[in-house]
Formats: sequence, structure tokens, C-alpha cells
Amino acid sequence: MIVRILGEGRYDLPEADLPVIEQLDAQLVDALDRSDEAAFAGTLADLVGEVRHAGTLIPADDVRTSELVVPHEGSTLDEVRDLLAQGS
Amino acid sequence: MSVMKRLSGIVQAKANKALDKAENPADMLDLSYEKQVENLQKVRRALADVATARKRLELQASQLQGQAQKLQDQAKQALGQGQEDLAREALGRRATLAEQLDSLGTQHQQIEQQQQQLETTATRLQAQVDAFRTRKETLKASYTASKAQASIGEAVSGISESMTDAGMTLDRAQDKIAQMQARAGAIDELLDTGALPDALGTGGDDIQRQLDATSRAGQVDAELAALKAEVGAGAPAQGLPAAGASSPEAAGPAAGDGQEGAPA
Repeated sequence: MIVRILGEGRYDLPEADLPVIEQLDAQLVDALDRSDEAAFAGTLADLVGEVRHAGTLIPADDVRTSELVVPHEGSTLDEVRDLLAQGS
Repeated sequence: MSVMKRLSGIVQAKANKALDKAENPADMLDLSYEKQVENLQKVRRALADVATARKRLELQASQLQGQAQKLQDQAKQALGQGQEDLAREALGRRATLAEQLDSLGTQHQQIEQQQQQLETTATRLQAQVDAFRTRKETLKASYTASKAQASIGEAVSGISESMTDAGMTLDRAQDKIAQMQARAGAIDELLDTGALPDALGTGGDDIQRQLDATSRAGQVDAELAALKAEVGAGAPAQGLPAAGASSPEAAGPAAGDGQEGAPA
């Protein structure tokens, strides 16, 4: 499964890692719902770290598209909220 | 709903929109190549802007640091003169500067992160542009074959997604740069108007004035005492430096005309 970290690139992740990623994603949603800046920042850092750790960076000449997209490292809650609003 | 899935949907929608303009696969290839080159140039410009913003922050931080040190020295000097209120005032101002410095430190971290992300983006785009330049000609040469059309579609979607990422990263960096510039401008203004007292060392420094006045008064007292000892009580104080001399080093031999000398 290919996961993109915005501003960084795509990583190929084994399917076995999906539950961990999904769990962090759910925590991110929760932090957004509660407007909890600190929890959001911590979870985003964990998510970025997990994708980097578990995945393999895909070279630029490989043109496969991603299935999941992680916000830019260091994004604030408001920034991500604004990004998500572009899709509604 | 999942943040990652929603973001993915947004990125794909943007990527597809970017491709809508192309009429056929060959156009798509050329268009996305042009866009890549264009984006790379934009990222390079943003990198230069980030570097400028970073230098400005560093300059301001060192100005603030210099001023904080000066206030610290002044507080010490004031205490030495027994002026505790003045020392307290200097330390209070120093605390305000320390807060500003803290927030500049945070900004500096943010801008370093921007710089890093833009550098990554530039490297990635450059590699992509290089790889795509040859690939697009190969694909165009064979694009009548249905299989090649599918590859073109894939290649272009993949590139378009990366371009969208680069565009979003660029937007974010530009927002951050604008915020930093606004903030740096506000600090410059504070420094200029003296709301942060004398951080540039220009204009009146009231703490320094008070310190100088006290040390001048002390000097004059000492000189008077010395003169009294020399000429004896009752004699007019001839050749004394003017009491209101503008330089704190008024004790030098460049004396006034003596008319205004304080009577002994």
C-alpha cells in the first residue's frame, strides 16, 4: 500500500502495518474533533514516524499513485482543518 | 472519517483537475512536463524566500539578544549605584525581550522545517523532471498502441499527484513565509518605535541617561571634593567643567570658562 507524506514523498508500506496506521489516523480524527492541538501534533508526529519507519521510500521515477495521504510534517490542527475543508 | 483517506481524495481531485486541460495523451505528457518544470522554478524561488526570511529572523534575534545583554549590564550598573528601581525597570524590559526571543526561536524552528521540506520537494521534482523528460518522448512515440495509452495515463496520473503535492507544499511554505514576514515586520516596527526600548541602540535610552546622570553627579562630587582640598574652602571654583556638560567624560581637562562652575 502506498502512503504519501505531503512535502516528502511516497512510501510503500506492508499491508500488515495498516492497523497501526489506521489506529493513528483514528486518533488524529479524534484530536481534530476535540480541537486538541497537543494530541494532534503528537499523533501526527507518530504517524509520520511510523510511515517512514515501516515503509520504503519510492523513487521519483516510479509513477504509482498513493492510496492514503498524510499531512505535512509539523502541520497544525488548523492547517489540516483548512486542507480538509477543500474537499467538502 | 479517516484524515488520510479524505486528504487522498482531495489530492486526487486536484491532480485530476490539473489534467483536465489536456485534450490527448501527447498533450497531457507535454503539459505535465511543462508544469513540472514550472513548479520546480517556483519551489526554487520559495527556497530563496525562505532563506531570506530565515536570515531576517536571525538578525532580529541577534539584535534582541544584544539589547537584552545591554539591559542586563545596565541593571548591574544601576544596582552598583544603589538605584534598585532602575535595575528593576531594566530587568523588566529584559524579560519582555526574552519573550520575544522565545517566540523568534519557535519561528526559526518552523522556518527550518519549511526549508527542509522545500529542499526535499526540489530534489524530488528535479529527479522527476529528469526521468520524465526521456520517458515522455518514448511514450509519445508509441502512444497509438492501447497499452502505451494506459501507461501514459498512469505516468501522467502519478506525475500529476506529485505535482499536486509540490503545489500544496509550495502554498504552505508561502503562507508560512508571509506569516514570518508579517511578524518580522511587526518586530521591526516595535524596534523602530521604541515600544521595545532602544533595541537598536538609537534614540533616547532613558535607563542609560539615568545611569549616566548618576555617575556624572558622582564624578562632579568627587572633583569638587578634590578641588576643595586643593584650593581650600571659600575660594570660588575656577576652571571647573560645566556641571551640565554633555559628555559623561566631562571630567577631562577641556573645562568650561568657569563662569558656570558650581560654587564651592
